Amino acid sequence: MALKLADFRTDVHNDWCAGCGDFGIVNAIQMALAEMGVQRDKTVMFSGIGCSGKTSHFINTYGVHTLHGRVLTFAQGAKIANPEMTVIAVGGDGDGLGIGAGHFVAAGRRNVDMTYIIFDNGVYGLTKGQASPTLRLGEQTKSLPSPNTNYNVNPIGLAVASGFTFVARGYSYDVRHLKDLIIQAVKHKGLSFLDVLQPCPTYNDINTRDWYAGTDLVDEAQKRHSRIYKLEERGFDPVVHFDSEVEINEKLSQSLIKSLEWGNKIPIGVFYKNDTISPYHVRLQDKIPNYLENSPAQQNISKNGRSNTDISKILDSLQV
Amino acid sequence: MSSVDFTWLIGGPQGSGVESGANIFSRVCAEMGYQVFGKREFYSNIKGEHSYFTLRISDQKIHSTVNDVNLMVSFDAETIFRHFDEVISGGGIIYDSDLEKIKTDDVNTLDDPFKNRLHKDLESKNKPFTIAGILEIAKEKGVLLFPVSFKSILASLAEETENPRLKGLVRMYNVIGVSLSLGLLKMSPDFLHKTIDIIFSKKPAIAEINQQAANYSYNYATAKFESFNYLLPGTEKEPGTLLVQGHMGTALGKMACGCRFQPYYPITPASDESVYLETNELLEIIDDRPGSTVVIQTEDEICSMGMAIGGALTGTRSATCTSGPGFALMTEMLGWAGINEVPIVITNYQRSGPSTGLPTRHGQDDLLFSVFAGHGDFPKIVYASGDIEESFYDTGNCFNYADIFQVPVIHMMDKFLASSVITCKRFDTQKISIDRGKLLEKVSDGYRRFEFTDDGISPRSRLGIDNGIFWNTGDESDETGHISEDPIMRVKMMDKRMSRLDLILKKIPDSEQVVSFGIEDYTIISWGSAKGPIIDALKMLKKEGISIGYIQLKLLHPFPTDYVNFLLKDAKTIIDIEANYSAQLGKLFKQNIARDIDYYVLKYTGRVMTSTEIYDSLKKIIQNKANKREVLMHGA
Repeated sequence: MALKLADFRTDVHNDWCAGCGDFGIVNAIQMALAEMGVQRDKTVMFSGIGCSGKTSHFINTYGVHTLHGRVLTFAQGAKIANPEMTVIAVGGDGDGLGIGAGHFVAAGRRNVDMTYIIFDNGVYGLTKGQASPTLRLGEQTKSLPSPNTNYNVNPIGLAVASGFTFVARGYSYDVRHLKDLIIQAVKHKGLSFLDVLQPCPTYNDINTRDWYAGTDLVDEAQKRHSRIYKLEERGFDPVVHFDSEVEINEKLSQSLIKSLEWGNKIPIGVFYKNDTISPYHVRLQDKIPNYLENSPAQQNISKNGRSNTDISKILDSLQV
Repeated sequence: MSSVDFTWLIGGPQGSGVESGANIFSRVCAEMGYQVFGKREFYSNIKGEHSYFTLRISDQKIHSTVNDVNLMVSFDAETIFRHFDEVISGGGIIYDSDLEKIKTDDVNTLDDPFKNRLHKDLESKNKPFTIAGILEIAKEKGVLLFPVSFKSILASLAEETENPRLKGLVRMYNVIGVSLSLGLLKMSPDFLHKTIDIIFSKKPAIAEINQQAANYSYNYATAKFESFNYLLPGTEKEPGTLLVQGHMGTALGKMACGCRFQPYYPITPASDESVYLETNELLEIIDDRPGSTVVIQTEDEICSMGMAIGGALTGTRSATCTSGPGFALMTEMLGWAGINEVPIVITNYQRSGPSTGLPTRHGQDDLLFSVFAGHGDFPKIVYASGDIEESFYDTGNCFNYADIFQVPVIHMMDKFLASSVITCKRFDTQKISIDRGKLLEKVSDGYRRFEFTDDGISPRSRLGIDNGIFWNTGDESDETGHISEDPIMRVKMMDKRMSRLDLILKKIPDSEQVVSFGIEDYTIISWGSAKGPIIDALKMLKKEGISIGYIQLKLLHPFPTDYVNFLLKDAKTIIDIEANYSAQLGKLFKQNIARDIDYYVLKYTGRVMTSTEIYDSLKKIIQNKANKREVLMHGA
């Protein structure tokens, strides 16, 4: 029986602030899971720490709420040990790009077949609004004692530079578009990254819902226009079509340049997609031919309560 | 027939082949039926600094090295400067005669503290600061000198084999040194050739020139060297003897007990284990398709631990292997594994701390750190192996404990064990039992991961099984695994988890918790790798009619208070022996047992304990001449 959207919801009380962008992201994830028809018990949500960390409790699949900055480490371990699982990791921008930046880069190099979604709001909400790595230099959100003294991380640029093979950006108030991006990300064979712009109504008084909607921007015809626009509507082609250095470098630089757009025009959509780089399980299969058919989680390790592993050849080589 | 107890030492700059020379010598001895115990000492350096290998050889089972060296072979000056005084009267030094004029100042790897001590010694004996001066002292002491020009050996060899390339091949010095030793000791040349073939089996061309060099040098020694006090003719070989290196015990244990996932980050002295696992990643499984161990080199130890936990959540037996600095990084995650009741094994090959400390040197430095690792209260097991053979079987037990009690297990190993080479009985895989505890294969509706049960352990689902959905969180949670800050729930959950410590003490058999080697008026308490030197020292004392008791604590957390108390009830004087500054086991003991420790024998030079040192200090204790705290200093 096909699962409905409601099947992916838990009855755990959601204590996010009213108007929080996180709601849109959780809805989009649930919608994507329902639409893809994934099996709940073959799916696991990993989450980091902070408001976004609670996400795994709201989604009715396996859910693992991990540690600050470390979500990718747990998630990759689970996926490598049991490649049958659909693995989605989520976390905040401070979690993934501050304390967890090292894991972010290393995960890109591995290209494990899973999805990572960053809830990107420019602040550390749960600790009362300190500057996060995506807040711009000189900006002062409302609980900062003085303007931000650090330059911002560019999540899209960092992802493509690190080797992520699917890189996209969504907006939490465009839930349908976000849901479509999530589906593409999950279906991608390799590590996919989604940077989701998400207003924090309590602590980020700069990048607000109104700001993204462009209520302060009026064109000559006195018409408001949103800051957000969709790459796919402008004919942007993010796909690496063939395995050549020239093609890859071109698509990579194009995405990097695009990712620098900010201010009055903010692109969302797919920035980069490269299927020519082998996912991690293929690299493992090169060494361990039956890795996928007999993964670590599937292996039978005992017979009648005793070891069934035959190490006699190794012992023979050590015997004198 | 008098029993054989002979120690051979080879030294040279790191990267010059000391290790492969040592491997050849160890293997020949083992092939000839001897029991061996070897230890490697080396700097944190790739090439050039001094490294050496000591091999003790006996026809009896041995568990340690001793202070005395019977034969030293050196192909560089530094080895002579650093080790000449370890060679006993009647022993010998085979050395490169071209080095005699070398001054201490010519050897730029001799560090000042050592050089100053050496100069003082030479000055007091009125000798020049040269190899010749050093050798004079040795000679006066009664050490036999066997000078050989390594250069001329190569030259003659090149001529004899019509292979001019050999002339400058200083990389052959190690094989020459080893073969000269074997010739002097009249050991079997057949085993020498067999061993060279085995060790260089993948490089036949190199094997061939090594054979030539070995042959020439062996014959040179038998023809030119005067007779020596020691001969090693060989003895009856015990069937089923292995020659193993330290890291192999836990690695083979992991293969045998079904550990199928090991993420790790490189660190000395732990990484050899992971590399060995990966080298043997494809596994043969009885009556089943091939298995494998997935070994992943991660970006740091935090990721290793995170991945291992992720792997464990899928029901895979998962582990990581590290040393002190890496374990320090893992401690936040250790607490996560604790609160989420995740069975994982952390193999902790300790070294000298604090910080990077002595990165390639020994120390049992991290007992207290491991027992108290992590913030907050959560149950864990800290378990220590005493030798390499034990570590194979203990590895299996550690995974069973992790699964049965659903706790992280820290398996304590150390640099002493990692860098030892020993002969031991072939490991018996059939002795490895596998108990996955309450791990579920099928789950019925209404499953709750942290359900309250009579014994405090909940049935464990795994990622990916039908109806088995669970939630984990590092926050306190309710039975389903969702966050709960309810005070009553908090107490129930904390009590549930912590009750496991009592259960662990109740369920793990006494013999796996503490091994008693007998209780006497004087009884030693110790843990980990101090076992070998202690056992050998006790044997030496026994020969003199002195009996000293010894208990080896293997389970260190939770502390087996009642059992240790019971064992020690007839002991009058307690001696704590361990390789760290602060007597960490002693502290743990006193925290748990209302009883004083009478003597401490400690070592924190970074070098391993010898049985001679333990023997000497025990003797002092019995003669009432010891300080409460005896600090051991032997070793270069």
